[in-house]
Amino acid sequence: MTKRAPDVSASRPSPSRRRSKYTLAPLVLIAANVVLFSLFFVWPAVIGLVYSFTNYTGVGAFQYIGLDNYHNLFGDSTFYDALSRTLLYAVLFVPLNFVVSLLAANLVVSKNAKGGSVARVIFFIPWLLSPIVVGVLWRWMFGENFGLVNYVIEKFGGGAVPWQSDADLSLLVVVFAASWAWTGFSMLLFIAAIKNVPVSYYEAASLDGAGPWRQFFSITLPSIAPTSFIVILLNTINAMKEYPVFVALNNGGPGTSNNLLVQYIYETGFKRGQIGYASAASFVLMLILMAVAIVQLIVNRRVENR
Amino acid sequence: MTTTDMPRPLDADAKRPTAKKRPRRAVGGGLRRAIAPTTLLWIMACLYGFPVLWFILSSLKPSSDLFSYPLTLVPHDPTLSGFKAAWDSANFSQYFINTAIVCVITTILTVGVSCCTGYALAKYDNRWLKAFFICILATTMLPGEVMLAPEFLVVRNLGLYNSFAGIILPAVLTATGCFMFRQFFLTVPDELVEAARIDGARELAIFARIMVPISRPIMLTLAILSFQWRWNDYIWPLLMLNDPNKFTVQIGIQSIVGAQNINWSVLLGASVISMIPLILVFLVFQRYVMGADINAGLKD
Repeated sequence: MTKRAPDVSASRPSPSRRRSKYTLAPLVLIAANVVLFSLFFVWPAVIGLVYSFTNYTGVGAFQYIGLDNYHNLFGDSTFYDALSRTLLYAVLFVPLNFVVSLLAANLVVSKNAKGGSVARVIFFIPWLLSPIVVGVLWRWMFGENFGLVNYVIEKFGGGAVPWQSDADLSLLVVVFAASWAWTGFSMLLFIAAIKNVPVSYYEAASLDGAGPWRQFFSITLPSIAPTSFIVILLNTINAMKEYPVFVALNNGGPGTSNNLLVQYIYETGFKRGQIGYASAASFVLMLILMAVAIVQLIVNRRVENR
Repeated sequence: MTTTDMPRPLDADAKRPTAKKRPRRAVGGGLRRAIAPTTLLWIMACLYGFPVLWFILSSLKPSSDLFSYPLTLVPHDPTLSGFKAAWDSANFSQYFINTAIVCVITTILTVGVSCCTGYALAKYDNRWLKAFFICILATTMLPGEVMLAPEFLVVRNLGLYNSFAGIILPAVLTATGCFMFRQFFLTVPDELVEAARIDGARELAIFARIMVPISRPIMLTLAILSFQWRWNDYIWPLLMLNDPNKFTVQIGIQSIVGAQNINWSVLLGASVISMIPLILVFLVFQRYVMGADINAGLKD
């Protein structure tokens, strides 16, 4: 790796030949991240996997108990409730966020809609707020006895809606809150993608007499497919690990009906000290996320190859 | 309605000249065409802006007025007493300082480390670098929440429990940061590096003297994002800290929400105070965030 022969005369040296002779410099440059990656990613992943086969409580000795944790997990109704609630939440949140942020992005870049740049900032501000504050804010809006939403509903002659004490409505409020908070981010991704669609496509389409809807479904939507997949992937991951919004909005309530997976892991691992058991639950969550990612990759590849 | 008073987006149009050239349509139908999308846009914008507006205006009400019917949008006699109560109660000022320390240190480290990694991934071509790139990709697929318990044990074994270092260090490696820098450095022509090499510059000197200065916009963008992530972080500081003097703002707010009887006046004040730094940063550096291809790296 000592030989340095910049071949000036060759007009286009192949990139691999040109660069791969450097070892020390890139190694120094990535060293910090390699250390962090092994300390805070590889090590936890490995011991997490090991602990998931033990009855470790966080202190003292532990025993290898084989697949017992996983076995118990699938007989644990609390875990099932948390898992199914998390999946339901993702199924509601991801499409809602997708539609809303795509609509926002299209309106913001649309030549016909006035004031797009101001509206863009308005859509973006909720994303700046912390999930905890988002939870507090929506709790304030959707309070059963004092909230603005019920006040307005009663003004128009409706009855107070049990936003907090009905488990399904309570989940729905979190879905609204999270979609509201994440719109700005998804919208930014969509805006960048929409702006990259060649203008000539639209010009040709409007010469052929295609209206705005036709243009959207036949040009915009297929052109931004890769970004759509990224938005769906990121939002699914976000939905699967949602926790702070729930904590601040309804604390997983009413009761424990909206305890999602991360909260379940947190409660079993840290409140009840069952680290081994919580690790097993974590690995189930990890498998779900990996499955989501792999499915998305396959679909994405298929779409791009089409 | 005229188009002339419409504020132009500062950022994107300059960079992408194609963006402005939407297909020209017949001039006559312009106004009619504009009505439906503009109305829809502003209905949406009002729906999105209103909760924040309502929240902030509520925080200006004296606590006696918070629940008085009929509800009013604008407070009768605005007061800052809620903010003062929040600031004085439960060490909130201390939480604020703690969070600021954690955010600033993490952000500096994140930007520095991501810049180095991103440059190496973009400008060197080794097999093990590609492998490491895949490793970084893996971290996006597995969020920290998946490994809460084992990660906690690792940090505890390192002796970092209940310390700011325990919050800061695990947060420094971010895939998004590495991607953003990698993507940026890919656009920097290799000839620039070659020329410097021919001039006899050493590899790390090329990086420090030439590459770091030209990546300033990316640094600023990542710095804002990182500051926001850390400012808003909740679950990891919650696990890491048990000394109330080291709590961060988000834990402080959550502890008010978790109380038996929520003191809404204090809670609203504390929440609004916690929003201020981010809103300020955003307003000052708006174009770096809005114009950023946050997806640039993720797209690849």
